[in-house]
Amino acid sequence: MPDLTLNGEPRSVPAGTTLRDLVPVADGVAVAVDGEVVPRGRLATHTLADGQRVEIVTAVQGG
Amino acid sequence: MTWSLAGRTMTSRLLLGTGGLPHTGLLPDLLAATGPAAVTVSMRRASGTARGGLLEVLRTHEVPVLPNTAGCTSAREAVLTARLAREALGTDWVKLEVIGDETSLLPDAVGLLDAAAELVADGFTVLPYSTDDPVLARRLADVGCAAVMPLGSPIGSGLGVLNPFAIESVVAAVDVPVVLDAGIGTASDAALAIELGCDAVLAASAVTRAADPVAMGHALALGVRAGALARCAGRIPRLAGARASSPAEGRIS
Repeated sequence: MPDLTLNGEPRSVPAGTTLRDLVPVADGVAVAVDGEVVPRGRLATHTLADGQRVEIVTAVQGG
Repeated sequence: MTWSLAGRTMTSRLLLGTGGLPHTGLLPDLLAATGPAAVTVSMRRASGTARGGLLEVLRTHEVPVLPNTAGCTSAREAVLTARLAREALGTDWVKLEVIGDETSLLPDAVGLLDAAAELVADGFTVLPYSTDDPVLARRLADVGCAAVMPLGSPIGSGLGVLNPFAIESVVAAVDVPVVLDAGIGTASDAALAIELGCDAVLAASAVTRAADPVAMGHALALGVRAGALARCAGRIPRLAGARASSPAEGRIS
């Protein structure tokens, strides 16, 4: 059960969980793990590991 | 009277921010009233709840989406946010903000220059929100920014262009487009910015927080057009004294 930080909150996920399992399939969403962007095409093959910091962001009104 | 930004021909001199808009339902009317060159969005943690279809509206209207790095307080955060925006939105354009002070929301010049250089090297078209400092503007252009975006006054203040001389100095200092990026309060502020030589104006709060955002958007769109016409028309010089416009001859006595 890897323990992650997901958008700033602690989160435990089952072993073998990939980013694809966490990230909604939607226009305008992107993911970074430990400060590096993970391209859309690699979400399904990126298995989450203990201690990783995952940020999932989307476009909102701003600026 | 078009202008060019990073090789793209722009017909509108108004860029629109979406921050502060009461609801996205106003966007279609606002886009129709303003015809903006681009519309800014921010990148924030996805909550998993519906977002009101912001991107859907922008895509439907085929408006260029310009992500910003608002809220970032370091070059590292801003660079990561820009890269996330590129992945999320499929654009390498970014309005770069590195905020140095939470109260004034003034840019951190050092962090801004560092982030700009890194993002230019990474292939981004960088539009940096900066102070109205011609030296910083030149440094930003030198590292490859596609434009510079000096503030007229603090973000959201509505104080207009507080230092017209500084804005003219920025325009004179760089060969890239100048987009006035903060402090616009009403249409005359937008017209003034263009009269001073700016190529365009970015307005968010002035429009989104107006009592009638659609009407104010329309007013600003007219303001930038009026400013561009006036700039081209060649204004009369400012004189210390009066100069009569009626003939001196033929007056009755």
